[in-house]
Amino acid sequence: MNTCRNEISKDCFVVPGKMALPNQYFAGRVGSKFIISLRDSRKILGVRCPKCKSVYVPPLEYCEKDMTKIDENWVELGNEGVLTNYTVVNYRDAHLPRKVPYILGMVLLDGAETPFVHIVSGIEPENVEIGMRVKAVFADKTTNTILDIDHFAPVEE
Amino acid sequence: MKRVAICAVAQHEIKGNIWYKRFQDMLLDILEDLQGETGFTFGGENGVKNVLTCSDDFFDARTISDNAVNDVVGAANYRGEQKMAQEGLNGIGYAMADILSGHDDVIYFAGHCKESLSASRNQIANMAYDPFYCRCLGMDYLNAAGLQARAYMEKTKITPEQLAQVVVRARQWASRNTYANEKTQLNLGDVMYSSVLCDPIRSLHAYPVSDGAVAMLLASEERAYEFTDNPIWITGFGNCMDDYFMGRRDLAASSALKKAAEQAYKMAGIKQPRKSVNLMEVMDCYAYQQPMWLEGLGLCDEGKGGDFINEYGPAKYNVNLSGGMLAGRPLMIGGLYGVAEAVLQLKGQANEHQAADVNCAVIQSTTGGAGQFQTVVVLER
Repeated sequence: MNTCRNEISKDCFVVPGKMALPNQYFAGRVGSKFIISLRDSRKILGVRCPKCKSVYVPPLEYCEKDMTKIDENWVELGNEGVLTNYTVVNYRDAHLPRKVPYILGMVLLDGAETPFVHIVSGIEPENVEIGMRVKAVFADKTTNTILDIDHFAPVEE
Repeated sequence: MKRVAICAVAQHEIKGNIWYKRFQDMLLDILEDLQGETGFTFGGENGVKNVLTCSDDFFDARTISDNAVNDVVGAANYRGEQKMAQEGLNGIGYAMADILSGHDDVIYFAGHCKESLSASRNQIANMAYDPFYCRCLGMDYLNAAGLQARAYMEKTKITPEQLAQVVVRARQWASRNTYANEKTQLNLGDVMYSSVLCDPIRSLHAYPVSDGAVAMLLASEERAYEFTDNPIWITGFGNCMDDYFMGRRDLAASSALKKAAEQAYKMAGIKQPRKSVNLMEVMDCYAYQQPMWLEGLGLCDEGKGGDFINEYGPAKYNVNLSGGMLAGRPLMIGGLYGVAEAVLQLKGQANEHQAADVNCAVIQSTTGGAGQFQTVVVLER
């Protein structure tokens, strides 16, 4: 067996690097409509399959269960929903959008049938409970992403 | 039916930061090990004409990452080469199809991954997500696992102590495995009270950053005995993709793994895995995944992963005698290290961690957030 011993590294060096590649990405027809609705109307849209009644948020062009084209069948969902799951991000890293600890939750919007992941804020991590009601808090400035909803916050009882 | 053999395997010792060695050198070492053991050559009448590799562009910080290694995997000088840009275990299926189709009769397959090359593997995993629904939220494989861990723990009521047992046992077995990365011994309290990384995942529930390389020689049944006296047969293979969006999956049930396992067991003619399988290598990047994947593989009842641990299920089925991912294996090639371990066990060459009477081994691997894509291989002697 060949082994790796680090004494062979005498007079060797490591080259630092950084990948930063400007690029662009087509948001797609349904993706654009979804984000524009968040941005301009502060409304969260989904699409419903007329055949199997599944509601998709984020939206899809085709129903992934029965391949029905569903991109014209928009439904407006509530801006409130139920927290069905969560994790508390407790490690620091450059790709994380919030100061840690922050909460990533799964939110089932009123009128939707599956939850989607977003940031939950306005509550201490130790007080978060599965089943609590949360509402969308929209961002002041657009990023043309799902972060046009800045976060979900607990609904005041 | 024609059969495909894994004739021999070579593993590079796994470490947390092999900064002092290029991944090309790591690949060359395991190639020479494997040639030394089997005597295989490249090209000519009987040599390897087609090479398979596995690596990741983002970890290697260059696209078409296989171009960087073609000379040290024997692919230079006009030979074919394909890269499995997916969890390496899928390369076993690819190589098997290549041989069964008659396109090739011997394949050299080598994979490498140095997680330490990146400042943060979580940043790389973040780039696996789409730019405007998930990536901008900071999603990565760790916090996706955090969500899955909670879903699984809520469903099964598995206890912190049971999860700690998984990690303690992994380190115990790793201490017997020459190639394993993290061999520091732990007690239950070390794990249960380690710092919270991504609640409910604690730091010692997560696999350590790992660098490694692994290689194997595959051959048709007609050619296998040229390279070994005891070939190991690939008898089952299956893979299955789950939904990209986590909200559209049953996070605690691993439907994709059940389907992948179903395919692999069917191909292998296994009707009752609990009776037929006597060694498992599962890709447990996080402690909760070991019992969860064992449920998906049918080794224990759904939702009963905690009971399985209490009833010594991992010992009964020789689960991860290598130490598994929890003792440190790199992403991308974790499944290939699982194959290497299973082959050594089936050949009776696993030395200090050899299990008795192993004749049917199952290897599972996954990639994508929270087990999105699942692959299962069955090996028999």
